[in-house]
Amino acid sequence: MSTLDPRLESTVRTIAERFKDQPGPLLEVLHAVQGAIGYVPSGAVPVIASALNLSRAEVHGVVSFYHHFRHSAPGQHIVRICRAEACQSVNGAVTEAHAKRRLGIDYHQTTADGRYSLEPVYCLGNCACAPSVMIDETVHGRVTPQRLDELLS
Amino acid sequence: MSTTVYIPADASAAAVGAEQVAERIRAEASTRGADVRIVRNGSRGLFWLEPLVEVATGTGRQAYGPVTVADVPGLFDAGFLSGNSHPLSHGLTDSIPYLKKQQRLTFARVGIVDPASVDDYVAHGGYQGLKRALGMDGASIVKEVTDSGLRGRGGAAFPTGIKWKTVLDQPPQQKYVTCNADEGDSGTFSDRMLMEGDPLSLVEGMTIAGIAVGATRGFIYLRVEYPHAYRALGKAIAAARAAGYLGRDVLGSGKEFELSVRLGAGAYICGEETSMLESLEGRRGEVRVRPPLPAIKGLFGQPTIVNNVISLATVPVILARGSTFYKDFGVGRSRGTLPLQLAGNLKHCGLVELAFGPPLREILYDFGGGSLSGRPLRAVQVGGPLGAYLPASQFDTAVDYEALSGIGALLGHGGIVAFDDTVDMLQMARYAMEFCAVESCGKCTPCRIGSTRGVEVIDRIRQGIDREKNISVLSDLCDTMQYGSLCGLGGMAPFPVKSALKHFASDFTGRPA
Repeated sequence: MSTLDPRLESTVRTIAERFKDQPGPLLEVLHAVQGAIGYVPSGAVPVIASALNLSRAEVHGVVSFYHHFRHSAPGQHIVRICRAEACQSVNGAVTEAHAKRRLGIDYHQTTADGRYSLEPVYCLGNCACAPSVMIDETVHGRVTPQRLDELLS
Repeated sequence: MSTTVYIPADASAAAVGAEQVAERIRAEASTRGADVRIVRNGSRGLFWLEPLVEVATGTGRQAYGPVTVADVPGLFDAGFLSGNSHPLSHGLTDSIPYLKKQQRLTFARVGIVDPASVDDYVAHGGYQGLKRALGMDGASIVKEVTDSGLRGRGGAAFPTGIKWKTVLDQPPQQKYVTCNADEGDSGTFSDRMLMEGDPLSLVEGMTIAGIAVGATRGFIYLRVEYPHAYRALGKAIAAARAAGYLGRDVLGSGKEFELSVRLGAGAYICGEETSMLESLEGRRGEVRVRPPLPAIKGLFGQPTIVNNVISLATVPVILARGSTFYKDFGVGRSRGTLPLQLAGNLKHCGLVELAFGPPLREILYDFGGGSLSGRPLRAVQVGGPLGAYLPASQFDTAVDYEALSGIGALLGHGGIVAFDDTVDMLQMARYAMEFCAVESCGKCTPCRIGSTRGVEVIDRIRQGIDREKNISVLSDLCDTMQYGSLCGLGGMAPFPVKSALKHFASDFTGRPA
């Protein structure tokens, strides 16, 4: 398990200390760590475990269970393509294939220039304006391949 | 005097440009020296018209949509601030047939009020339910909810009042009210719309639940994919607290209720109630074996109410207007109204709240307007990714819990996703298995392994390898998952697969070239 550089370690420790008295705080801590660092580095696991009085296995188990938590630094922008049924019913798969082709990567990969990471998502609740794509925190509706090109340029 | 203009802050409206339209209207008004007050409301649920801009006039709200940034100067030129006509006009919003034909009880305020304003909420009938509840004892509140016939709107349709009674009957101790806002079903967005458009009705519903069963603490477990709802809930909770509707002494009653929002982390399974509790406790979202029921031993081992957003947000109107009022809507054992969500390949996607019982065909064609592509509708999935696919021959089925379960389907959370005749049902069956494999919590074997094997078997059928034999293996596998899984994910993932096999067999046996 890699160790964290002291600055990041102090960030993680401060976050864990902030939440440790709340009931069942682990997910809150992981969200805050990912918010601050962009992902949950493996070196953060023992720091969080010790602050919350959990085993490293428990913390690692939670980090790896949830799709939202990342184990490595993402690209500058995260592009999430909805794969669910409502999007499929209006040619979402065409938008999906176009995204992979245009970025030259598959899901869970990052472009060589570090600009984009591509992730699948299963429903964004935008099913009435499908197909849906989320870029960072912003959801976009009725995304055709052409619209995706506009959004990515 | 200023003119009030409503522009939705709803995530779907924003996804098709509402933010940019709001900015443009603000800028244009300032350039022209027009005195405009912009309210960021929820969506009315007519998504093909989003961004839907409304202007308050003496005769009601005038609707314009879908408005793009480029349309804004023209709207000002046409005098839309006085409600004047324009090519994008739809007349009075309340007179649009899609809306006029609905029976909105739970969604009565969504799209109407300013979601962050307690004053606006109260002005539109909000907090009457809580005020009445504060004058009743716990058992009477629970009885009112039981008598209303309200059943869990998350999908399981368990009577809400009976859940509450179990929690009420536990000896006094720390109890919890939790709201399952992990709306992960594809084709559903009613929770999201409600939390963004009228979050205070959820806050009020949870407060009533807490007062009823003696719980002082509530958690909303919200999926991380809903950042707009997260912000809207945060504002609403803060406003309710500041106005004395939450906290140590709710409205001076001496009763305590405090509420906070916790974010999920992208796991569909956390919409299952025991997984959600595990996740709220900061653990892997693995399903718990029942018993004990969450109502007896739930969050942190304490008696806990777990209800869906729509169930809880419907409680205020039941308390305010009485159980009889609510029960008078609906049919048979499906009482009240259900906010249906129309999605996928339909002309008019949106939110349709109606009393239970209309035929599916009416929803698809009278409201939905038929397919968006103009091709015939071939299959409709009702009830999310674990719901059955219905062929056109079943479109006359009534939309209520019993009628749908009578044909081996389910109503679930009320999502309806339509597909035209280009759909490949073998592919949809494969997707159902693939989705289950991605989202399985891994605790039980039928779900964890079965779903992966299911994808493989369907791939073999696709390739024409021992087709007949593999179709029979797939049926067996579906039975194993359905009867052997711990929870509804593995237990229901076979529904879309089996219904595809049954009603769309030609997609599995090789179609004519």
